[in-house]
Amino acid sequence: MSHLRVEQIGVRFDTTDVLRQATLRVDHAEVVALLGPSGSGKTTLLRVIAGILRPDSGTVWIGTNDITSLPAHQRGVGMVFQDNQLFPHMSTIDNVAYGLRVAGVGKVERQDRGAAWLDRVGLAGFERRNVTELSGGEAKRVALARTLATEPSVVLLDEPLSGLDRELHDHLATQLAQLLVDHSITAVLVTHDPAEADVIASRSVRMDQIDG
Amino acid sequence: MNNGQRPVNRLPSRVVAALAVGPIAGLAVFYLWPFATLLARAINGNAVADTLSRGATWDVAWFTLWQAVVSTGITMLVGLAPAYIVARFEFPGRQLLVGLLTAIFVLPTVVMGAAFLALLPDSLDRSVWAVIAAHVVFNLAVMVRTVGAFWEHLPTDMESAAATLGASRWRVFVDISLPLLRPSLNAAGAIIFLFTFTSFGVVRILGSAGTRTLEIEVWRRATQLGDIGGAAVLSVLQLAILAAVVSWSTRAQRRHARAVDLRPEQDRRRAKSTGERRFVASVAIGTAALCIAPLAAMAIRSFRSSSGWSTAAWTRLGKAEVRPGIRLGLDPVEALVNSIQNAAWATSFAVALGAMASLAIAAAGRGGRLLDVGLMLPIGTSAVTIGFGMLITFDTPPVDWRAEWWLVPVGHALVALPFVVRTTVGVLRSVDPSLQDAAATLGASPTRAWWDVIVPFLWRPLAVGAALAAAISLGEFGATSFLSRSGGETLPIAIDELLGRTGSLLQAQGYALATILAVATVSLVVGVSRFHDVTGLAHRRAGGQTVDR
Repeated sequence: MSHLRVEQIGVRFDTTDVLRQATLRVDHAEVVALLGPSGSGKTTLLRVIAGILRPDSGTVWIGTNDITSLPAHQRGVGMVFQDNQLFPHMSTIDNVAYGLRVAGVGKVERQDRGAAWLDRVGLAGFERRNVTELSGGEAKRVALARTLATEPSVVLLDEPLSGLDRELHDHLATQLAQLLVDHSITAVLVTHDPAEADVIASRSVRMDQIDG
Repeated sequence: MNNGQRPVNRLPSRVVAALAVGPIAGLAVFYLWPFATLLARAINGNAVADTLSRGATWDVAWFTLWQAVVSTGITMLVGLAPAYIVARFEFPGRQLLVGLLTAIFVLPTVVMGAAFLALLPDSLDRSVWAVIAAHVVFNLAVMVRTVGAFWEHLPTDMESAAATLGASRWRVFVDISLPLLRPSLNAAGAIIFLFTFTSFGVVRILGSAGTRTLEIEVWRRATQLGDIGGAAVLSVLQLAILAAVVSWSTRAQRRHARAVDLRPEQDRRRAKSTGERRFVASVAIGTAALCIAPLAAMAIRSFRSSSGWSTAAWTRLGKAEVRPGIRLGLDPVEALVNSIQNAAWATSFAVALGAMASLAIAAAGRGGRLLDVGLMLPIGTSAVTIGFGMLITFDTPPVDWRAEWWLVPVGHALVALPFVVRTTVGVLRSVDPSLQDAAATLGASPTRAWWDVIVPFLWRPLAVGAALAAAISLGEFGATSFLSRSGGETLPIAIDELLGRTGSLLQAQGYALATILAVATVSLVVGVSRFHDVTGLAHRRAGGQTVDR
């Protein structure tokens, strides 16, 4: 059975149907890329899965659990936001370890685990850096490390590599693909770049295919 | 670029200078001179030692401080929920709620005092808790406008990001929202503290002998005890404390300022779940009730007499005799007429000087900025200090002006002038200067180009400034307490006197006058707030320091 199941999700904003009957299945450790033009509802669907947006109809399942009405913080679904959303009042390590802190992990352990994740994304030694002074690429890697550090059962990536120059983009795309495979992570990637989808995802679907 | 030179095609310097003369003279005579007189009286060695060695002085200072701290703390706690719902939710009546809070904020202090006097049971009247309750409701708008405005531009995704990392709503609030809101909380806290620390009107109406703020004590020593030196020392002590708070708050705001990517547009949403809808509705209704209840109580009390419901307070408003043969020594209708006359003159003075000053500031370079700062000085001084300074300066020939009809309106104009300048100068500065170049290429002389291109932009903000000046004058109490003479009572003075006397008719008349004043002020300010953010201006005045509240 699929690890993540999205069944006939409908979302209305005022009088506009952003999603009608979106349906998506993602197997365990599978990375699915959602492709589609701006305004096709890709990000909206991610927000529904994350629990940030309540759908008007439909259900979201993880394994055998219906999580549709579960609040975001109880879902175990991580999300990397398009504009990172790093917490500007926390250091880099405190950002990465925030999810662990919320989960009640002790200070020493969470600092160690946070530092290990920083190392994995190639930012060893960045622990005390001010996140508002990071470069675009560094900030994206911190956002990724922060999400992965909580070991979520599903990771949602909302155009995680947008706004980077080509060289850095390609480098990070390869690195991200490797991380997802290494840690057997189930993920949904939103992008409008088919080449990026080919590098990172194991399967690509277009929004018009899944939202009938 | 002008390479440091004055650009061509601009208003000639002599015209700019001519425009600046009036405002500079007014500021020098009616603000700087009285202020210098006050300082001179205060630094008299005996007065300083005598005042500061008295235990009563420190009792008053301590009371002023703690009631301000408690008022500020409670206002911030109570104001957080309405700030949140206004920032984050779209709901029916949202605009109305913001408008209501703004209207409350601009009410004259005397009206606010009267409203709480009417609302609270007798056991709480004339107590520090009555004062604090009035302070809290008065300043809720500061929380909603300062913190709410910041909150609605904080990215909601930052909070969502924390939620996807496992943080509950409460955790998100404590770990993410609160630290990011801190600069705006500091700012709001400083403004509310300044307003409540310098509270005068509210404490005059609601306080008792044991609840005296420094402002009240300045007034009491100067006008009731004749202790001019002591009053001057207390004025300066208060200024020093306020300056310390302002500089602390400025530093704290700078220290906690974060590079948050504030979004240019807010995305408010409708409450979706039942729990959310209940929360939004209860906060909105509760806040509205807090604002409306005191005002409603005030209006209702104007129809109460010892024998039940009665319109006597309104119908007998113009009669000087309370009972046959017993005169009040105070004519409520005359007070109303005095207030309107004062407001008309104060508005004329403030508008005339404000227009000249704004045109000069906008046309001049560096010198203009100096005048701009100078004209903001009265904001940094409480109205009580302004009135007191004028009282002790203009008391000897050839400048014994205490009996002159124009002294009260001049005092009001001084308090209102910064508001007129702030509303107009921003608009004038935003006019593209190349319009004058365009006019010049069409054959207009610099003066003609200025007159045809710049001056037409003056009228609309000036109308807003005029309405604000009128509202300020109508409700002005601090300076008037020093400057008004018997027979020349204004509405706030009459309200204070009527509410301070026994007898249900007199009390009801006090409430009736307060109702009239409330309606007049709110109509004026709400009328102009369609064109201008009034509380923004009020914040600016508080960002410096404060007028008495």
